[in-house]
Amino acid sequence: MLGRLTWDAIPFDQPIPLVTSAVVLIIIFSVLVLITVKGWVPYLWREWITSVDHKRIGVMYVLLGLVMLLRGFADAIMMRSQQALAIGDSQGYLPPDHYDQIFSAHGSIMIFFVAMPFVIGMMNFVVPLQLGVRDVAFPVLNSVSFWLTASGALLINVSLFIGNFARTGWMNYPPLSELAFSPDVGVDYYLWSLQISGVGTLMAGINMVTTILKLRAPGMIYFRMPVFCWTALASNMLIIAAFPVLTATFVMLLLDRYVGMHFFTNDGGGSAMMYVNLFWVWGHPEVYILVLPAFGIYSEVAATFSGKPLFGYRSMVLATLGICVLSFMVWLHHFFTMGAGADVNAFFGIMSMIIAVPTGVKVFNWLFTMFHGRVVFKPPILWMIGFMVTFVIGGMTGVLLAVPPVDFIVHNSTFLVAHFHNVIIGGVVFAIMAGYNYWFPKAFGFTLHEGLGKASFWCWFVGFYLAFMPLYMLGLMGMTRRLQHIPDPSWRPLLLVAELGAVVIFIGILCQIAQLVVSIRTRESRRDLTGDPWDGRTLEWATASPPPAYNFAVLPEVETIDAFWEMKQTGRRAAEPPYQDIEMPRNDPIGFITAFFAVVLGFAAIWHIWWIVILGFIAIVITALVFGWSENREQEISAEEVALMERARLDAGRTA
Amino acid sequence: MEGQHCPTSDTLRRRFWRSGLRRCAAFFAALPALGCTQGVLDPQGPVADAERLLLFNSVEIMLVVVVPVIVATLAFAWWYRSSNTRASRSPSWAYQGGVEFVTWSIPALVVILVGGVCWIGSHQLDPRAPLASDAKPLQVDVVSLDWKWLFIYPDQGIATVNQVVIPVGTPVNFHLTSATVMNSFFVPQLGSQIYTMAGMMTHVNLLATKPGDYQGFSANFSGDGFAEMRFIAKAVPASDFDGWVAKARGAGSALDDPGYAELTKPSKAVPPTTYRSVDPKLFERIVDQTALSPDKARAGNAWCPPAAPKGG
Amino acid sequence: MTTTTIIAEPGHGRLAHGRGADGPAPTRTVVAYGFWIFLLSDFVMFSGLFATYAVLSGHTAGGPTGRELFNLQNVFIETACLLFSSYTAGLGALSAERAEVGRFYIFSLFTFVLGAAFLFIEISEFAGMVAKGAGPSRSAFLSAFFTLVGMHGAHVTSGLLWFVYMIAQVAAKGLRPHVLRRLLCFSLFWHALDIIWVGVLTLVYLMGVV
Repeated sequence: MLGRLTWDAIPFDQPIPLVTSAVVLIIIFSVLVLITVKGWVPYLWREWITSVDHKRIGVMYVLLGLVMLLRGFADAIMMRSQQALAIGDSQGYLPPDHYDQIFSAHGSIMIFFVAMPFVIGMMNFVVPLQLGVRDVAFPVLNSVSFWLTASGALLINVSLFIGNFARTGWMNYPPLSELAFSPDVGVDYYLWSLQISGVGTLMAGINMVTTILKLRAPGMIYFRMPVFCWTALASNMLIIAAFPVLTATFVMLLLDRYVGMHFFTNDGGGSAMMYVNLFWVWGHPEVYILVLPAFGIYSEVAATFSGKPLFGYRSMVLATLGICVLSFMVWLHHFFTMGAGADVNAFFGIMSMIIAVPTGVKVFNWLFTMFHGRVVFKPPILWMIGFMVTFVIGGMTGVLLAVPPVDFIVHNSTFLVAHFHNVIIGGVVFAIMAGYNYWFPKAFGFTLHEGLGKASFWCWFVGFYLAFMPLYMLGLMGMTRRLQHIPDPSWRPLLLVAELGAVVIFIGILCQIAQLVVSIRTRESRRDLTGDPWDGRTLEWATASPPPAYNFAVLPEVETIDAFWEMKQTGRRAAEPPYQDIEMPRNDPIGFITAFFAVVLGFAAIWHIWWIVILGFIAIVITALVFGWSENREQEISAEEVALMERARLDAGRTA
Repeated sequence: MEGQHCPTSDTLRRRFWRSGLRRCAAFFAALPALGCTQGVLDPQGPVADAERLLLFNSVEIMLVVVVPVIVATLAFAWWYRSSNTRASRSPSWAYQGGVEFVTWSIPALVVILVGGVCWIGSHQLDPRAPLASDAKPLQVDVVSLDWKWLFIYPDQGIATVNQVVIPVGTPVNFHLTSATVMNSFFVPQLGSQIYTMAGMMTHVNLLATKPGDYQGFSANFSGDGFAEMRFIAKAVPASDFDGWVAKARGAGSALDDPGYAELTKPSKAVPPTTYRSVDPKLFERIVDQTALSPDKARAGNAWCPPAAPKGG
Repeated sequence: MTTTTIIAEPGHGRLAHGRGADGPAPTRTVVAYGFWIFLLSDFVMFSGLFATYAVLSGHTAGGPTGRELFNLQNVFIETACLLFSSYTAGLGALSAERAEVGRFYIFSLFTFVLGAAFLFIEISEFAGMVAKGAGPSRSAFLSAFFTLVGMHGAHVTSGLLWFVYMIAQVAAKGLRPHVLRRLLCFSLFWHALDIIWVGVLTLVYLMGVV
């Protein structure tokens, strides 16, 4: 009746997940009660849950990322504490089967449900505004994408209190992830939650590429697009080219586990090496999917806060596209130690180094953007400067790891762990924080508290070095990754410093939460009435903060790079433009409904409740059919309404 | 104390901070020194030695660029801050061909240099490359199990668990496989690690130049007992090695089929054991996956490594 | 901070034309382009399966090989059905563009029947193999075979179901712009499946038997 789901699935005998689940459920329940009692449900349903507006969806993505950051970071603190305690004779407080789930969940959540949503959310919010258009190419698909990502996040969190998560590491290598060695539901939770959110991400990629290539304001030829849009284009092309490989790989592993096939099993002729290759063919482009938009954010921030155009625009575009192509030619560097032979290893090593060239070019160009500029030390540029210092160190250790014989002695050690955290935190996370501080006023109409923003930066920056520099050293000293128990007591001081670093980062996160709370409370005094709080250069600053649903009353005519800057310099104004009726897509519940049934289907598949799987699948198909049959999906905003909104905004701006 | 001027709270605070800071600084300064006598920074064989040298050389080459970039970042940001009236500003300077040429050239040159190091190093330090030595190589077959290491000496007819004894100055040809999931055989002080995979055989040559007990472990996560999957690589003078083999032949049990079946059952933190004899075909059967039952053969799929390069 | 009204003044200044600079593209272009990119992503997914098949095609684990199992005669009939159904789908698309509803229905019928014939032959082939003990869990080669060819077959199946749905839409709503856009997407999908099939035919069947 309920497959293999029994009461045993609930961790009554494990205090940590039990208490955590109870607390989380209480919080969720309280929030739901609060929302209902205050009567916010119709508003939330109408304005957010069923919204197909790229701005709302972008905000929801970022919110998802923020919430999941807390979960992923809790995992991190637990891991650091365990490693600081379980040294020599002590076994710490997390037994292996629990610790193994925690590091697997930490990696999976941080990559798929923190970094990806943050990056996709920012691209979603910003790109249509920077392109000077009203929305993305397929707004309803956009909503479906977001809700499928949220479904994946939900499933992975459900594993905390019903069943368990994978104990294989975030890469989930076979044969460990095959039935023979992982017979329980953990790996299935991993596979289904990532497969579902992967579909969402792929659709988001298709949406964004079509938008950037086919929907731009009049006059915006490719070389007048902001650099952030170029990096968004490259990143989304990578999504389209890489995610289907992950989909195929997970399909094969699922077939192994559910139907007894032999793709990656030890017996029957399976090849675990094939999984490793396929996974990393996706995995390496994935990190560039994350880092390219991050570079784009830095380009925007560098130009705006130096009061100068970005140096070397064409070089930046060329470098971005170069990284995009090269990222597909380096995947083997993740397993030099699998024994491929010197020629193959050396080839991939050299290709990996070649990627450092366009990356280096970008760093130099940001340097020269600041050179002879007027640098204003607001939080976004602090994050950028912190990035430039930190990322080059991470890049250096990356090139080190790309030399196969060097990799032979540090592969899978904490040196490697330090390297990838170096580039992901220094590169992606810092960019997200910069972008968050930078575009928050545009999204919500008021700026964030600057002091707390700077405090959070310094905590993250110092905390990062405290947490990860010791790991570089420990890796050289012989500490491998994913250890539940530390054999060598002489490593204790370094592990304590690493734990301290995690605590300092935690303080940074608290500062960011405080920043948000304080800013909301004092929002009236920090309203952005002009829409342009930073004296920006690109078109998103030409709209109100927050922009109206239609973004631009009349699509701007673009004549140069940095279109808004040019408009401000030449003072292109005229009599009030002829307002016209604007057609915008209606909100639609299909995203939420599809995601709901996807969660049902995923959960049932994990627990082998076949009749629910079939029903869930049929429900999704019916939802699609009903949606496909519906008409009248657009609503009109009349010219008069547009005029009213625009005039109100201009008046507010004049009194600023 | 008598006669001493009582310190004010300000002085106390300053002294506290200074002494505390001094202690902190000393602590942090001492940390790097911890690493220098352990792990890959303390090589005990030619492979590890060469790899450490490559590490240092590559770091040095890259620091030439990395350090100036970091300094320039901080310097430019500081000098061109908006409150600095002495800085010159060029608010529309966005392109200069000469600068572009340099910004592309510097990374390109570094990459060409490190790339050359990469190509040469990869070939010289290919795990299968024979190691230069007068001594005749010793063959050791390695099997990773859950969660221990089995070492078979095919020419000596003995086997050990969680301990591999090798003669100093002798190249050891390790042939490796896994009886379960993917692991990675690694003795940091001897150099190159290599994955072990079921149904396949990998190969690494290592050599110890000095006697000693070197820490070995698995460097690829393999399940609940992973952290305890440690072994000792014990390098003994060549003259003592034969003595050790003879002793092993005289003690312990035989590694027969039931014994091996017992070994395949999951266990962790297994103390070092020796076996007086071992089936000469055991390793081959483990690679073919017929060690436990003959009819589980996977004909035609054993992965054959490319031929080892001749010469070093 | 002055506010600037950003407006559009057609014909003003250094406006560019072409190269995507004429503003947002029309809906039909955007929809077709987006769908085409989706198909490219599907090709990537298939290429993962193709690569796996190529690597695992020799891993028969002592079981039957392709040479022993494949019936090339059936394969050629299947291929003819599928490719011909693409032809009739193309004719149907042309009729739809020209608003010739009757001819559209006739060509659609042929398309459906030929596609269904393809599926029938393929399912029979699979059932036969399973009955002989050469099912997907026998060996890695067979896992890869069933998944690659089966994934294509699943796409054909969903394509046919989608096609039936489209016919219903044409019948109920007529050949309106949004219906025509969807028919265009279907055509792209159907032809793309041909391309994949040619790959399957070559890599799996022809190279497996030669």
